[in-house]
Amino acid sequence: MLDVYGEKFSNRLLLGSAQYPSPAILSESIKQSQSQIVTVSLRRESGGDLAGQAFWQIIQDLKLKVLPNTAGCYTVKEAVTTAHMAREVFNTDWVKLEVIGEEDTLQPNVFELVEAARILVEDGFKVFPYTTDDLIVAEKLLQAGCEVLMPWGAPIGSGRGLNNPYALKTMRSHFPDTPLIVDAGIGVPSHASQAMEMGFDAVLLNTAVAGAGDPVAMAKAFNLAIEAGLLAFEADPIDARDMAEPSTPMMGKAFLS
Amino acid sequence: MKIFLNGMQTQVDHTELEAVLVQLGYQDVTIATAINGDFVPLSQRKHTQINEGDKLEVLAPMQGG
Repeated sequence: MLDVYGEKFSNRLLLGSAQYPSPAILSESIKQSQSQIVTVSLRRESGGDLAGQAFWQIIQDLKLKVLPNTAGCYTVKEAVTTAHMAREVFNTDWVKLEVIGEEDTLQPNVFELVEAARILVEDGFKVFPYTTDDLIVAEKLLQAGCEVLMPWGAPIGSGRGLNNPYALKTMRSHFPDTPLIVDAGIGVPSHASQAMEMGFDAVLLNTAVAGAGDPVAMAKAFNLAIEAGLLAFEADPIDARDMAEPSTPMMGKAFLS
Repeated sequence: MKIFLNGMQTQVDHTELEAVLVQLGYQDVTIATAINGDFVPLSQRKHTQINEGDKLEVLAPMQGG
C-alpha cells in the first residue's frame, strides 16, 4: 500500500487532470487508470461562465482524493497564498507544492521551495514538494516537515522519462523510509515501470496520458505498467552483468563434436 | 468605484467583499479570494472592505497536473 501522511492507497499512480480532449475522456481516463489521487489546480474564475464549477463537479463525482497544486507559482508568497486558497476551495490540507525557477525547464526553485514548505507545514499543510533529485535539498525539505518527496523524472511535460536514473537510485537508497514519488517528465508506461522497479513508491504524471492519441487506453497502460514495476521490485530483480552467463545448465551436455 | 477583478478593470457598487462578489456573479459557487495578493478566507468576506484600485483575485477549481 502507498502510505502518505497516514493515508493508505492500493494504487500507485497519481494522475493529473489537465489537457484532456474532453471532460468525458478526462473522467474515463481517471477511471481506467484506477488512480485514487488526482491533481487539480486553481485558476481565475469568470462570474459569467463559472467554468471551474463544472470541472469541480466532475472531480467530486469521481470520489477520489484530490491533491491541489501550486502550478505557475514563482515565489514563496505566491505559492503560500495559492495553497491557502486551495485548502479552502478543495477542503483538504494536502498540497502539491511547486515553486518554479525558470520557464524553459520549469525547474523547481529549491531555495524558495524549502522556505514555502516550512511555512506551509507550520500552517498545518501536508506538503508534497515537487523537487529535484538533489539529496541536500531533500534533507532540507524533510527537516521543514515534509513527509513525502516528489523528485522530478525530467522537466514537466517533456516526456523524456528518467533523465538521471543514478541520482534517483541514490535518492531511493539514501531515504529508504521516506515515501518517494517520481513526478513529471514521464512519457511512456515503461518510464513509470522503471521508476517502480527502482523502488519508488508511486508515480505522478499527466501529459503522458492526457496528450496520448487515446488517453483512456494510455491510462490503463500506465496502471498496468506501474503494477508490473512494483511486482518486479518486490520480486528482487537480478543484477545486470557485462558478460553472458548461460541460462541452460552445462552439466550433462553431450560431446557431439 | 473601480477595482481590478482578475486583472480586468471592473466597476463595483459595494465596498464589502461579499456584496461585491454577489454583484459580480459569484453567488453560491466554489471560489477562493485574495485582495492585493493576500488570501481572504470565506469567513472574512463579510468583514473585508475593498477599496478603489484594489486587485481582487477570484479563483476556482481548474484542471491541473
